[in-house]
Amino acid sequence: MGPGLSRRRLLASTLAGSAALALGGCARSDRLTFWAIGNEAAALPALLDSHNLGDLKVQPLPWSGAHQKLLTGFAGDALPDLAQVGNSWLGELDAIGALAPVPDDVAAGIDPFPAVIESNRISGRLMALPWYVDTRVQFYRSDLFARAGYAAPPLEWQEWKRALARIRSQSGGETYGVLLPLDEFEHLQTLALSAGADFLRDEGTRGAFAAPAFVEALGFYKSLFDEGLAPIVTGAQIANRWAEFARGWFAAYPSGPWMIGEMRERLPAAMQGKWATAPNPGPSGIGASAPGGSSLVVFAGGARQREAWNAVRRLLRPDAQLALHHATGDLPVMRSAWTRGELARDPVVAPFARQLERARPLPKVPEWERVVTEMQIVADRMVRGEFTVRGAAREMDLRVDRILAKRRWMATRDKRA
Amino acid sequence: MTGLASRAERRAGWLLSAPALIAIALFFILPTVASLALSLTDFDIYALADIGNLRFVGLANYSALLSDPLFWTALGNTFWFVLLGVPLVVVVAFFAAILVNERMVAWRPAWRAVFFAPYVTTLVAAAVVWKYMLHARYGLFNHALGAIGLPPVDWLGDPRWAIPAITVFVVWKSFGYSMLIFLAALQTVPRELDEAARIDGAGWWSRLRHVTLPAVAPAAGLVAVLAVIAMFQLFAEPYVMTEGGPAQSTITVLYLMFDQGFQWWNLGIGAAVAVVLFACILAAALIPALALRIYRRRRA
Repeated sequence: MGPGLSRRRLLASTLAGSAALALGGCARSDRLTFWAIGNEAAALPALLDSHNLGDLKVQPLPWSGAHQKLLTGFAGDALPDLAQVGNSWLGELDAIGALAPVPDDVAAGIDPFPAVIESNRISGRLMALPWYVDTRVQFYRSDLFARAGYAAPPLEWQEWKRALARIRSQSGGETYGVLLPLDEFEHLQTLALSAGADFLRDEGTRGAFAAPAFVEALGFYKSLFDEGLAPIVTGAQIANRWAEFARGWFAAYPSGPWMIGEMRERLPAAMQGKWATAPNPGPSGIGASAPGGSSLVVFAGGARQREAWNAVRRLLRPDAQLALHHATGDLPVMRSAWTRGELARDPVVAPFARQLERARPLPKVPEWERVVTEMQIVADRMVRGEFTVRGAAREMDLRVDRILAKRRWMATRDKRA
Repeated sequence: MTGLASRAERRAGWLLSAPALIAIALFFILPTVASLALSLTDFDIYALADIGNLRFVGLANYSALLSDPLFWTALGNTFWFVLLGVPLVVVVAFFAAILVNERMVAWRPAWRAVFFAPYVTTLVAAAVVWKYMLHARYGLFNHALGAIGLPPVDWLGDPRWAIPAITVFVVWKSFGYSMLIFLAALQTVPRELDEAARIDGAGWWSRLRHVTLPAVAPAAGLVAVLAVIAMFQLFAEPYVMTEGGPAQSTITVLYLMFDQGFQWWNLGIGAAVAVVLFACILAAALIPALALRIYRRRRA
């Protein structure tokens, strides 16, 4: 080692070098960081420049890790300028005070579906803006329904059940009416929303599963399995839903817009003219559904909230919405994007719009995901004969009240204070 | 030795070990005590928002845990991993060590490198590759089964096979380290002993039993204890390969802790899981050692 290169000098130059590197990493710090998830994160970078969104730096997260990443980001004070969040997480993120409310001027220029905007409103304040929606409709085998004498699945529960029973008897018991995997809570949730159930009461501090509306939906759900119209299976037991659908193992399956692409891709060519979509049935005519999907949020701790809202505004323009739809199949939130031609004309997509007009928001409590998980565990055991309908409703209340104990304690404390 | 000198020596001893002791106190004892304290509270998402929402709940987290069927599922899965994995690691590592220690074997350094290589690969990358190899339809394993006329197995999709499949991966990944411990022990066996036994007419098997095994017994104990500790802390492998599925058949105790702590943000319950796991590992590491001590005392 020569005299001009002492250890201390070497160390100093190394440190300086790494500092320069670190600074180089922040050279484009004028760009807003945007955490996007899953397919959207993969599709977005290609769309940025053509939709005047060049100032965004997209950082992709996987769906499986996004939720905890947001929470740890909050705990560690490392949140981005704006982010995509699943609709069902808004209650939680608001409860910890992570979200900045939507400025009035940003909210004024959009025309979303009413239930969808409602699911972004927490205790009367708009805390996020919907980015894309997904809701569930029935995907059905039009040939099997036609054979039973129905042009489309009836939209009234009892009539719908009669159609399923006919399909079942015509196939000699080969075909089930509808597939409702017992490990998926969404199907019971849709029936309960259609019956007008609220799920929770007392400002989300107690379960309301023993209420008449929910019991009605639960009874209807159970009857589908009891009468042999739905197979008693979990999703994990079905190797390939598309192959089974094509084989005629079931005639209807409630699912979301991502299923359109899957059906077009995975079903054999001979099946392509034989499936369609229809809104969900309800107790007395067309049913309801949950407005799922993702919202865009800006964080309360962010230094550049104004710029971030500006970017949100540009992401919600109809042209950006349609570009996202083309890239991912996500359904636009804005009605103006729907009226522009192709979406309204596509017979497979149109029922989604009809269903979205009748979407009902879900309770916005941080524990919601655990509540529905618990609800489904009990419903599964009810279908297998461990509970009666009323017994299952009681058990759900019991379990959900346990999950919400902390909320009750906080509510009583706040009342006393 | 005078009292003064011994006191000076004791002081020097404390001084010299102080940095290590301080590090252990800071990075091991303090966090352990902190998570014990955390497990007695209901720290959750609301407490994260406002620390005023934190309550001391005593042992409520533990009673909730013991009444949660998922906890017992996770505990059962973890024990299954331990029972399956530990003997496999010990046996595979031991025979690998014998192989690379054998003077008759050609290319010994190459074998050593090949056996040790999995240990230094990146876990997640290796797990992804193994996921491909275990694939039900295109995987190497089922291809090999098909070649000898056996039906394919849905390794990671069938609740009965998921744990064995992941265990095979874990053993492949970690036996190299245990092999080195065995190798060090084997190299302390004097060649003369082995040769003397050979001259006395002992075959390969009886030389192994009477010369090699007694010499490596302490190393085997160490490897077993280390493997038990590692198997109890299994998390990344099921997280990458199956995400706890199919039907929660690969959720381990540490996976449950991660889920409770970081998925639902119930840090109180997560800490309680950690304390239970700590107790399990402590018991698993100490009970064999105690049993050995009692057994030796009996013989003496």
